[in-house]
Amino acid sequence: MHTNALASGEPEMTAAPSAEPVVRVRNLVRRFGENTILDGVDLSIYRGEFIALLGRSGSGKTTLLRTLAGLDDAGGQDLRVPSSRAVVFQDARLLPWKKVWKNVALGLKGAEIKARAESALEEVGLGHRLDAWPLTLSGGEAQRTALARALVREPDLLLLDEPFAALDALTRHRMHELVQSLWRAHSPAVLLVTHDVNEAISLADRILVLDRGRIVAEERVAGTPAERARLRSALHEKLLSTLGG
Amino acid sequence: MTRAANLGRYLARARWVSPVALLLAWEAGSRLDIVPQRILAAPSVVVGTLFELTVSGELPANLLVSFGRVAFGLSIGVSLGIVLGLVAGLWRTGEATVDPLMQIKRMIPSLALTPLFIVWFGIGETPKIALIASATVFPVYLNLYTGIRNVDARLVEAARTLGLNRAAQIWHVILPGALPSFLVGLRYALATSILVLIVAEQINASAGLGYLVNYARDFMRIDIIVVCLMVYAVLGLAADGLLRMIERRAFAWRPSILEN
Repeated sequence: MHTNALASGEPEMTAAPSAEPVVRVRNLVRRFGENTILDGVDLSIYRGEFIALLGRSGSGKTTLLRTLAGLDDAGGQDLRVPSSRAVVFQDARLLPWKKVWKNVALGLKGAEIKARAESALEEVGLGHRLDAWPLTLSGGEAQRTALARALVREPDLLLLDEPFAALDALTRHRMHELVQSLWRAHSPAVLLVTHDVNEAISLADRILVLDRGRIVAEERVAGTPAERARLRSALHEKLLSTLGG
Repeated sequence: MTRAANLGRYLARARWVSPVALLLAWEAGSRLDIVPQRILAAPSVVVGTLFELTVSGELPANLLVSFGRVAFGLSIGVSLGIVLGLVAGLWRTGEATVDPLMQIKRMIPSLALTPLFIVWFGIGETPKIALIASATVFPVYLNLYTGIRNVDARLVEAARTLGLNRAAQIWHVILPGALPSFLVGLRYALATSILVLIVAEQINASAGLGYLVNYARDFMRIDIIVVCLMVYAVLGLAADGLLRMIERRAFAWRPSILEN
């Protein structure tokens, strides 16, 4: 079973072979009342890795992300996450009473906060909307602002909670490309939670499938976009059957 | 022909036509003695009285006294409402302590406290200001408290992931999020303060709008009474306009206001 292979410390084949993972979770169990949401999850994420976490609704994937984000208290669990982490949610969650650049700058410390916020917004192609009010942004623009807000912190771990789910197909495609290029430029470890198999294949270099609170499958995706495309149909079948079972 | 038709359509939709028609009918009724002067003074007489009272300084002086009472009472009531609203909104123990007391207080009509306040504070300025203060605490308290409690939890969560500590979350997320509701409370408080002022000034006042009304009643000066009624209405309008201005500035980020 894949879970066991992960738990025993399967040798990692990432591009950056740093021995210390950025995230290390051992036998994570989360219960809410009678329900066991996470039932012994083992997970290591290495520097610069892009991981997609696939699962149906109720599989526990959002709970896992929230635990890694520090939003749910996981007292007494074997959990190591970097303190420098950022989250992009499905909804942009911008403060409507702060202009776009102020949203990006929120909570930043140190010098030249405005300049840093501006360059982050320019990086996501929103250099022209610095002084816009968030409620005037389109869905895609709002999500790009949320991305800029996450990346301006230069996080070691970037957590993406279905950030493209509410966008139209064309905007989603553009966002995929943007996230890829930002990931290459900043190389944080990324955990993308999604229920879209295609999205997982086209973005991630490792795919984990979560079902009933356990990681039930792990797939590596490697190579150029063309190779990925060839892999896609084979992987698609496999992942869908895993999800279906 | 079309110009006349346009004018007719304009008049049919204009909102000032019916009030002006009422004024004209009232004036005509007075002149023709259908409305006797001892029942209601004619608009022209009221305007004349308004002018006289203004020039003699009687109206401005009394208005200033009333305004001072409202300002003093409101500032106490609103400050207290803000403090209690913050305590109950931001702090669970504070909520358990403050909210039951405020709900009990709400069940006692503010004006019913008048006899008690007279016994406690006499018949000077203190009971008038205390009445206004006690009546304006609750609307501010309730709206601030529920405003804080209704702030979008997802925004607070996002602020947490950005590394904002509790104080920064309150400052950047919770208080701005509660502001619209707070301003609704302030609007209620302003309206209430004018209402309570009218009653409070019936307590042995020797100055103020209420005093002027009492004096006019004793001397059957209907025209002065109508002038004072108009002044109350104008005060209400001014309070509303002030709050609209504050809201326009505070909510520049709202698209509905952006479009206008």
